[in-house]
Amino acid sequence: MELRIDCALVADMRRLAREIANPIEDFIAAHGTVSVERAALRLLGVDGVGHGDVPLPNLVVERFGCERLGSGVVRPLGALVAETGRTPDDVAGAVGDGSLDVALADGVPETAARAALENYVARALARIDARRQERAALLGRLPQSPPPLLYVIVASGNIYEDRTAAIAAAEAGAQIIAVIRSTGQSLLDFVPYGATTEGFGGTYATQENFRIMREALDAVSERLGRYVMLTNYASGLCMPEIATMAALERLDMLLNDSMYGILFRDINMQRTFIDQHFSRMLNTRSGIIINTGEDNYLTTADAVEQASAVLASQFINEAFAHGAGMPDEQIGLGDAYEIDPSLENGFLFAVAQAQLARQCFPAAPLKYMPPTKHMTGDVFKGHLIDAMFNLTSVMTKQTIHLCGMMTEGIHTPFLGDRALALENARYVMSTARHFGDEISFKEDGIVERRAAAVLRDAHALLERVAERGLMASIEAKTFADVSRTPEGGRGFEGVFERAPDYWNPFEEALMPLASAAP
Amino acid sequence: MSTYVKPYGDTKDDGKVQLSFTLPLEWSEAADEAARQLVAKMGFSDVAVAEGRRIAHGFSFFVVYASTPVAVDADSIVAPSAKAHAMSLDEIDAFVRERVGRNIRIAGACIGTDAHTVGIDAILNMKGYKGDYGLERYKEFVTFNLGSQISVEALVDFAKDNRIDALLASQVVTQKGSDVTNFTALAELLEAEGIRDDVILIAGGPRMTNLLATELGYDAGFGRGTVPSDVAAFVATRMAERIARM
Repeated sequence: MELRIDCALVADMRRLAREIANPIEDFIAAHGTVSVERAALRLLGVDGVGHGDVPLPNLVVERFGCERLGSGVVRPLGALVAETGRTPDDVAGAVGDGSLDVALADGVPETAARAALENYVARALARIDARRQERAALLGRLPQSPPPLLYVIVASGNIYEDRTAAIAAAEAGAQIIAVIRSTGQSLLDFVPYGATTEGFGGTYATQENFRIMREALDAVSERLGRYVMLTNYASGLCMPEIATMAALERLDMLLNDSMYGILFRDINMQRTFIDQHFSRMLNTRSGIIINTGEDNYLTTADAVEQASAVLASQFINEAFAHGAGMPDEQIGLGDAYEIDPSLENGFLFAVAQAQLARQCFPAAPLKYMPPTKHMTGDVFKGHLIDAMFNLTSVMTKQTIHLCGMMTEGIHTPFLGDRALALENARYVMSTARHFGDEISFKEDGIVERRAAAVLRDAHALLERVAERGLMASIEAKTFADVSRTPEGGRGFEGVFERAPDYWNPFEEALMPLASAAP
Repeated sequence: MSTYVKPYGDTKDDGKVQLSFTLPLEWSEAADEAARQLVAKMGFSDVAVAEGRRIAHGFSFFVVYASTPVAVDADSIVAPSAKAHAMSLDEIDAFVRERVGRNIRIAGACIGTDAHTVGIDAILNMKGYKGDYGLERYKEFVTFNLGSQISVEALVDFAKDNRIDALLASQVVTQKGSDVTNFTALAELLEAEGIRDDVILIAGGPRMTNLLATELGYDAGFGRGTVPSDVAAFVATRMAERIARM
């Protein structure tokens, strides 16, 4: 079931996306953010909270902040470790509560500061690598069912209730569990600490919550004889820190988009570009598959009109991921089944779009999102629309399949809703498993004409963005019909220009991968 | 006059309803019986467990048909709709020109931490919803879509600074009553600032009803299935009433 598409046009889109990413990557290389610094501290073992429940990484960045930030906070921390002989976590605690004077760092030679952290850096990287190997071993011993991998969300607000729901979902056939974050967490400029039992529309992403869920899913994986994956959200103001915690606790996937936060959460674009780059370098190392957020273009605007924006964004996300050294196998580009059900042949359009993505990104684990916008309180109709979505997904060989809920828009899923959604997906995907291999598209028929039109429009869109520059294009409402300025949005105050002596040992360690990108 | 009604299965007044639910029980015939007894305890008769099965370790799912003995008097129901003033876009624009005599300034936002703008966007964005143009398209409206995660304080400040006539507050997340908490906070802050009577205050969200909104001190509430012209017509007529009283 292959679409006849213009391969030269696809190649040119890839070239354009690279051209779009290049100046942004030059900008990224010359700048830093407080969140990347906090991620580096976490990797060095700085964890816990200090005065007023402020996370230690935040306290340390604040203490070293202001005039020193351009050089990064790792160097002065290393200097204090060298000076005191204490661990980075210890030193951070003392800096945080003011019992250790940061000025002590000033006289310490750079080589001493670097040497003092060498073992800690090596230990962090070794732990990440060990977690990755652990996953590979588990996947070898407890193989997953073939894709589309069924993905469901849990979102009670209480990590212990989420755990119950996740285990039940895994037993009902779920292969990936996402713990939806509490609404608003993307706007917090810190990561909450410890196990949490209160949240709205979701559960806070904390390292302890990650650990609790990983432990539960490992146990259920052993029992079911198949590995159940865990995912969370590296988006918002703390992308690099979430990526760090996910690497340390062996999450398997992370939502991570290069532009989502800018467009849909009004997070500063400089901050987002810098943060996504470091997050993706780290995700590459930890073997975490990223999921991009193109579905959001469709939930906020018309799916038929926005199809080209989705494809263009997929190419841009791919370029930024490649720029961080990420291989195709880890780039879960997003799309969604959001076409108005009252539109005649809407299903054909959805197939055209999904198949187009499949052929443009043959090695990518594509992520397919369910209908949400046109789901009403009529759960019976909703279940039917979800079935058509399931059929599209299996026909076009999507990899990561977020199961649609018949109760979408009514409440966060009940335990029973998830079981029904999984049953729907399993039925449709089993009964139509090889349907896509058995059929071919009519030459120049509705599906092929639609795919060609989307491809053409997306190419034109990328040409316009390449010409104007990505930041200026976002300002000019090119994406999602919203305008964001380079200095506007949340978190801009956390962006800084790097001094010539900026040092982040993890960036150094992860860079070789980045420079080896295609 | 009274008109008592019951659910209609295939015969008038058979009272048939369909229920589905999950019990935290491993499936067995005893679990089916537990489901049957539970529904009987709810007051239903003729309880038939059509489907009962295990959905996970320690959880079973049931589909049950049963008859209810109770009825309601349809004639006694009071639930005033805010959608009583159906008019088209052109009619509304003409109505505003004639009866209000100036532009109506409208601001909308998803308040609190809610990030789901799908509802407010459907009402405000030019494109609209279900083929019904959004408020931005109306010539006689000046609209401001403040987007998601707008604090109640910020919205009230915006209303004061921009001489807003109508405020549209949207809430999609309803977990643990967070929507009601936020809606209440907005109404109370407007009262405290002494400008509650200066604005037409409207609540929206998939679970909102006009009845609930009026209980919360709002002028109107719009729930699922609302199209932009429903809101536009309400704002225009309420504004005209205010002008007429002045």
